[in-house]
Amino acid sequence: MLKKMTHSQVYVLDQDEALDFYVGKLGFEVNTDADLGFMRWLTVNLPGQPDRELLLEKPGPPAHDDATAERVRELVTKGAMGMAGIFVVDDIHGTYEDLRAKGVEFTEEPTERDYGTDCGLRDPFGNHIRIGQPK
Amino acid sequence: MSRAVEETNRRMLRARDAMDRDYARPLDIPMLARIAYVSEAHFIRTFRATFGETPHRYLQRRRVERAMFLLRETDRSVSEICLDVGFTSLGTFSRTFSEIVGESPTTYRWRAADLRAVPACFAKAWTRPSSFGEARAGSGK
Repeated sequence: MLKKMTHSQVYVLDQDEALDFYVGKLGFEVNTDADLGFMRWLTVNLPGQPDRELLLEKPGPPAHDDATAERVRELVTKGAMGMAGIFVVDDIHGTYEDLRAKGVEFTEEPTERDYGTDCGLRDPFGNHIRIGQPK
Repeated sequence: MSRAVEETNRRMLRARDAMDRDYARPLDIPMLARIAYVSEAHFIRTFRATFGETPHRYLQRRRVERAMFLLRETDRSVSEICLDVGFTSLGTFSRTFSEIVGESPTTYRWRAADLRAVPACFAKAWTRPSSFGEARAGSGK
């Protein structure tokens, strides 16, 4: 029986720029930033949730050949790589205003739905992120 | 080379997001091209190459999808919904809706509402695709 979800991954095109966004704007903390030689293992977590990490992975060799990495980068920038995550806040409107003031690019304003109020945004590379305030 | 493609994709995505977000507002190609920082002709060509359809069609499909939702879930009139989702002419709305959905807004609403009005077991029995067509096609051989 699987017990717990500890890691998920999102492709980013530049890990420093990813830190500026995920840590500097969304408020994540750096969990692990390790130069393994073959890759920079970079994960972040939300304050108070250190056992749930988001891996900010850069596509490229040797994991991908150059052509494949290029396709991945194209798909990320087209917004076709799915969702980096769905996150929960207590005050969706306050969060929306705060992030907008920080220059975050929203795809949808806070909208009321059956399950609560949520909004959509993109990271600098094109990945989709949702933030919601459940009912 | 690849950086340029990525930058272009990102700009096209920004314009597409604007359509998803602001479909109810009077968006047009010049506005969207400005969001993407390219000329109008270049925008239409590049958007199509990136997402497989013209920006105009993308916006129409987004608006029709919203209209389908409002037809199903609200009591607003077809003319009101037409304006709600960003169309300015009822004629264009009805024509575009029918073209994309395969039936008129009124028929679509009637069918969707009809499904909600009857107990699920009746809906299941009565909306099951008929086999008469197949039988006729079979017997014609």
